[in-house]
Amino acid sequence: MSIDDIQALTAQLARDPASLVFLPLAEALRRREQLDAALAVALNGATRYPEMAGAYDLLARIRSDRGEGDLAFDAWTTVLRLDPDHVGAHKGLAFLCFRAGDHARSLRYLRRAVELRPQDPSLRATLTRVEQAAGARPVPGFAAAGADPLRALEAEPGFALLVDRQGRLLAGSLTDAQGNAVSETVGAVLGGVSREAERTTRLLRLGAWRRLSLEGGPANFELRTPTIDSLLLITRPRDVPAGRLGLLAERAATAARRWLEELR
Amino acid sequence: MSLAELLAELTPVPGVRGALIVSREDGLVVADALIEDVDGKAVAALAASLAERMAGVTRALGQTEPLVWQLEGSDGMLLAAPVPSGLLVVAVANPEVNVGELRLRLLRAAQRAA
Repeated sequence: MSIDDIQALTAQLARDPASLVFLPLAEALRRREQLDAALAVALNGATRYPEMAGAYDLLARIRSDRGEGDLAFDAWTTVLRLDPDHVGAHKGLAFLCFRAGDHARSLRYLRRAVELRPQDPSLRATLTRVEQAAGARPVPGFAAAGADPLRALEAEPGFALLVDRQGRLLAGSLTDAQGNAVSETVGAVLGGVSREAERTTRLLRLGAWRRLSLEGGPANFELRTPTIDSLLLITRPRDVPAGRLGLLAERAATAARRWLEELR
Repeated sequence: MSLAELLAELTPVPGVRGALIVSREDGLVVADALIEDVDGKAVAALAASLAERMAGVTRALGQTEPLVWQLEGSDGMLLAAPVPSGLLVVAVANPEVNVGELRLRLLRAAQRAA
């Protein structure tokens, strides 16, 4: 695509920010290695169309080109949540896992991609190469998910709870101030909180909701959405600063996202 | 100190789009200071409803009600501090707001409103 074409698409997007031209525009910028510009366009598009798998696939490819393996992994995982049969996401995740030295996972993604597109000779050839590869070394820039990321949640039992949107327990546990198990009770009310948070951000045009933090008397809380169908509540005593709790929640959400992706 | 004066301490924080005092029981606006295009009635109703939901979480955990809470979206956020008298001090802000400063002012406003 020529510079004139890119300028035309840029002007079109400026006139109509809701236009889908962000897809070819970001792709063209990526191919020209203008990765910062490509990322900005793709991020805006994905924010505007949070249910569009193609927007996240584009975002993942840009992240991958930028060497941001973890963020690319998250974006392709989002693609698979939106479209479990997205061949590009399976290929992308296979590539990231291969680059990280995790051949078993790489093969799993590639085999699924071949199942979805059996007539593609390049996919079969890639699968053969990966099957033959052995002893590949991990490269910097991408940290492979642990074998059991659930452990990140349960390292300190009683402080983290992962539930699905219906409030059913997935992992972790919570105890109240007296040490009583309250996981099921809390899980049951979290679904309502999440729906209310979604409604509030949508109606007030605050964008997609990312986090809900509560500073209480004896304890602070953070509620996150690791995936579109799960909720994670982290709590720590009040003497753990809110900023640090936010970081812990972010780390636990990433672990939970990968763990859920593994389960699927 | 009047409610309008309390709100006037929140709105000068850069990035704050508006501040309100809300009745928690019925979700109605008691006082507001809206700088940008913010639907005060909607903010009041939604903030009161969300506050009730969150009180449910802290009750389930055997905890007291939150002192302050923050709902963050990709394009902005809502912060609120409950007042024991049944009010809620609420601020709507852009993503780039200094949350630490706004939080402190919100807590101070809630204490004074009590």
